[in-house]
Amino acid sequence: MTLATLVKDIRLEWRSKDALNSMLFFSLLVVVIFSFSFDPLAEESRHIVGGLIWVAFLFAAVVALNQTWARELRNQVLDAYRVSPAPANALFLAKALGNFIFVSVLEALMTPLFVIFYNLRVLGPAWQLIPVALLGTWALVVNGTFFAAMSVRTRSRELMLPLLLFPISIPAVLGMVAATTSILTGEESAHFWIVLLLTYDVVFTTACLALFNMILHAE
Amino acid sequence: MSAPIITVRDVIKQFGRFAALRGVTAEFDAGRFHAILGENGAGKTTLLRALAGLAQPTRGEILIFGKSPREACRDIGYMAHPSLLYDEMSGMENLRYFAGLYGTTWHARCAEVIRAVGLDPELTRPVGQYSQGMRQRMSLARAILHDPRVLLLDEPFSNVDVQSARAMVELLKRMCDAGKTIFVITHQAQLLEGVADEFVWMQAGQIVDRTASLARASGRESGDAQ
Repeated sequence: MTLATLVKDIRLEWRSKDALNSMLFFSLLVVVIFSFSFDPLAEESRHIVGGLIWVAFLFAAVVALNQTWARELRNQVLDAYRVSPAPANALFLAKALGNFIFVSVLEALMTPLFVIFYNLRVLGPAWQLIPVALLGTWALVVNGTFFAAMSVRTRSRELMLPLLLFPISIPAVLGMVAATTSILTGEESAHFWIVLLLTYDVVFTTACLALFNMILHAE
Repeated sequence: MSAPIITVRDVIKQFGRFAALRGVTAEFDAGRFHAILGENGAGKTTLLRALAGLAQPTRGEILIFGKSPREACRDIGYMAHPSLLYDEMSGMENLRYFAGLYGTTWHARCAEVIRAVGLDPELTRPVGQYSQGMRQRMSLARAILHDPRVLLLDEPFSNVDVQSARAMVELLKRMCDAGKTIFVITHQAQLLEGVADEFVWMQAGQIVDRTASLARASGRESGDAQ
């Protein structure tokens, strides 16, 4: 059921391209505007790009996260899921995986632009950027998918989602930025931050799975 | 007389301070066709949503085959006023997805129910481009897809032309004859005259009458059943 919902979401996104287009344009704007606003040296770039890149992805992800459940509310399709025997967690996992794929595609497309615009060269172990990206992206989407489901029935959901998501994402964002900066500068080990991200992911994935049934069936 | 399969016991449903259902108590037998009638705001849709497990009663109890509506969800088919379909996918794609939620893909069954409601399974255009009537019929196809024993239909004939509505009634009648228990909320009660076994009249959140013929129900002070 998770796979069926995931395939359906990818198919719908492929046809509409609502989330991907919005995320891409938003991130592109951030890269271009920041690159014109600052003109950092390569050394300075390594210290600030970790923050810039993750803030850009965080804000862009919110766009996709808002779309995730809005699609289920059109024609009240979510009710068809609620009356079916399909488990709530299957729906949650499919949505989180779908968002993970969409945000990962965005990251794959935007990272080369960050490298070019900020003249980046990694001084630390570059391979560690992969676990940081995977764990960081999952941290964003797992909570984002959960809070988007919570806020989708509220009148001002576009405002509610960041209000709920950003405070709880602070430890994860701190981990992503610090780990990325450590790897880019090569000044210290990113090991602690990677473990922090992993712990954060395990804790919040478990909590979201445990609570999602209540959110799905809330009136 | 068959045994009651649905028991509604003193159900109250409140939305804030407004009570949509005010102590509804009723039993419904298997294999019968129930038409639920009443004015707007009488509580018909809330009752149907409670039977489907979508609205949790504030007080009281609903049992379907001795289980809560959520536990009995495999036996319930629900059609709401909105289509509950993805506009961007074709009818067949929609049904295959929803069949998957019941643990199977049932390609042949999807085609069968689409044909049963008078549509073409080969239709590739997205549901968003269907007429309202076609959407209603596809929505009915989704509700009957898993062959439920109880069918809950909210305004299935709205925006459907008379000929298609009669075809839908025929289909429902056949399903009822095959042992399904059917509940239909409608403001076009005349379509169900001679078909429904019982007309359930609701007013102000309560069931106020249950009659075997529309003529008796129509005697009430409302134009809804006319």
